[in-house]
Amino acid sequence: MVLRWLRTHGHAAAPYGLALAAVIAVPPVLGVIPGVAPGYVLYLVSLGLIYAIVAVGLGILIGHTGQISLGHAGFFAIGAYASALLTLRLGLPFVVAVLVAGSLSAAIGFLLGLPALRLSGPYLAVATLGFGLAIPQLVVWQGSWTGGSSGLHGLPLASLPLGAFTIVFRTDQDSYYLAAAVLIVLTIFARNVVTSHTGRAFVAIRDSEIAARAMGVDPVRYKTTAFALSALYAGIAGALYAHLLHGISPEDFTVLLSVDFLTMIVLGGLGSVGGALSGALLLTFLQNALTRLPVVHDFKNLYIVILGAILILTIAFLPHGLAGVTRSVRQRWAARVRDVGPRGGQIVELGEGSSVG
Amino acid sequence: MSGPLLEITGLTISFGGLVAVDDVDLSVNAGEVVGLIGPNGAGKTTVFNCISRFYDPQRGTIRFKGRDITRARSHEIIRFGIARTFQNVELCRSMTTLQNLLVGEHAVMRGGAIRDGLRLRGVAADEARATARADEMLDVLGLAGHRDRVVSTLPFRLQKLIELGRALVSRPALLLLDEPTAGADQRESQGLADLIRRMRERFDLSVLVVEHDMSFVMGLCDRLYVLDFGRRIAAGAPADVRRDPAVIEAYLGEPELEVADV
Repeated sequence: MVLRWLRTHGHAAAPYGLALAAVIAVPPVLGVIPGVAPGYVLYLVSLGLIYAIVAVGLGILIGHTGQISLGHAGFFAIGAYASALLTLRLGLPFVVAVLVAGSLSAAIGFLLGLPALRLSGPYLAVATLGFGLAIPQLVVWQGSWTGGSSGLHGLPLASLPLGAFTIVFRTDQDSYYLAAAVLIVLTIFARNVVTSHTGRAFVAIRDSEIAARAMGVDPVRYKTTAFALSALYAGIAGALYAHLLHGISPEDFTVLLSVDFLTMIVLGGLGSVGGALSGALLLTFLQNALTRLPVVHDFKNLYIVILGAILILTIAFLPHGLAGVTRSVRQRWAARVRDVGPRGGQIVELGEGSSVG
Repeated sequence: MSGPLLEITGLTISFGGLVAVDDVDLSVNAGEVVGLIGPNGAGKTTVFNCISRFYDPQRGTIRFKGRDITRARSHEIIRFGIARTFQNVELCRSMTTLQNLLVGEHAVMRGGAIRDGLRLRGVAADEARATARADEMLDVLGLAGHRDRVVSTLPFRLQKLIELGRALVSRPALLLLDEPTAGADQRESQGLADLIRRMRERFDLSVLVVEHDMSFVMGLCDRLYVLDFGRRIAAGAPADVRRDPAVIEAYLGEPELEVADV
């Protein structure tokens, strides 16, 4: 069956196969590059992949449904603390803890989606900001079981029971493969959602809520669904984060992290799953690479200024982000090859109209 | 089914003391094309927005197929079999023509984010069926050539036609058209009237149309209602309504009167 699928879809699947091969090849390739500490780079890549999980989910909410959130670090924290507490205090297996953490976060996302029904734009931004601000404070306040401001440490390793034996994710390489696998699965899920019935309802709400309602789209259902979905992604990512770092503290989940998440999806291009993914990786690398710049005139935070400048230039010249760049390259290529235009209309990314046609 | 398809009685709504629609009765029988006309600000679109349940009327009832829908939710209306277009075109701008028609089929498709995300059994078949229905509608409307174009890049005239297709693709029993001839010239208006007649035959459709263009409604509609300052001032066959002194009074000074006299 796989062979038959490959034969019929082989041409379209080739880029995905190559991408998968590249994902698998990253650790061994890093190992042979001289002067690179593969462990640290892999740790950094894993962090980027985990943030990418949040970005892909947040992209559905902001990019597709048009509902802003400045509070997703709150969901990330909920996922991280839920998973940490379930494994540390209750001794639950990692897999169960991650799933419960994701579900809990999704449930709270659903609840936060309810006030969002009456709010939009800047008002919704402020409301979600309040949520993001409150979560770390609640963690500190409930210090007796959350560890307060010193956090939780010594989390058990991530593990996956497979029948008779169990895979334990010990090394940085293991964590990398775990994060990549979860990201791949959740990216496929997100793509499936946005290219189908549910995704069209999301975009319809973003483009014209009046028309969406007249066509039978229940805004209550779809806005809360989008909130819950994006919170599910952030919650699962938070759980992975906790176990990747083996410890967490409230400082990991400041409002700045929420802003980072927003930056990632804008940088990548709103309304595109691939854009959210690439934006997350790019921002994580930029932030890290720029801290290595030499300190000039005692200005230690010069790198933040440079990062800011990069962001301003990106938004000014690439309003559709990285996704917009790849789209226009693809179109130019298609025009050169004189192909028969986009296929079926089903896979066409529900992105910004102005870049098409 | 006995009685009219759509029956509105005593519809009243006011905004901040201004009575926009005042005790209006209106009905549409199965298979009829009914016009709702009147000068600017007469309350025509407000009536539409009450039927669509975007506005809550203070008094009156709206019955469809004998069922009271006065307090239904706006997204339920299309499931009862009422679809509509908008005066200023409310398409999903970033979507292609095909995707807009698929949104039009939202109410007749099965949903579920988890079902879609996991591509459970039936999703692909549902999508294929919906796409086939949309393609059929695009053929009927002569829009097949614009199928995969993003609608915001298309001219207004085509956008209006796409909106019509989006409303029709769910096969409603009643179609509400809000100023379909806006932006169209005389010849295009005639083409549109022919199209609406064809759609009525083909899809067994009833139509309630809000319009400014008198010659358009005179030629198309079986019956007319005339609103002025929110009140119903006349109702009946187009030929009678045209001669009604109250209607001539209401339209005094409006260019439509001259068109009506042609």
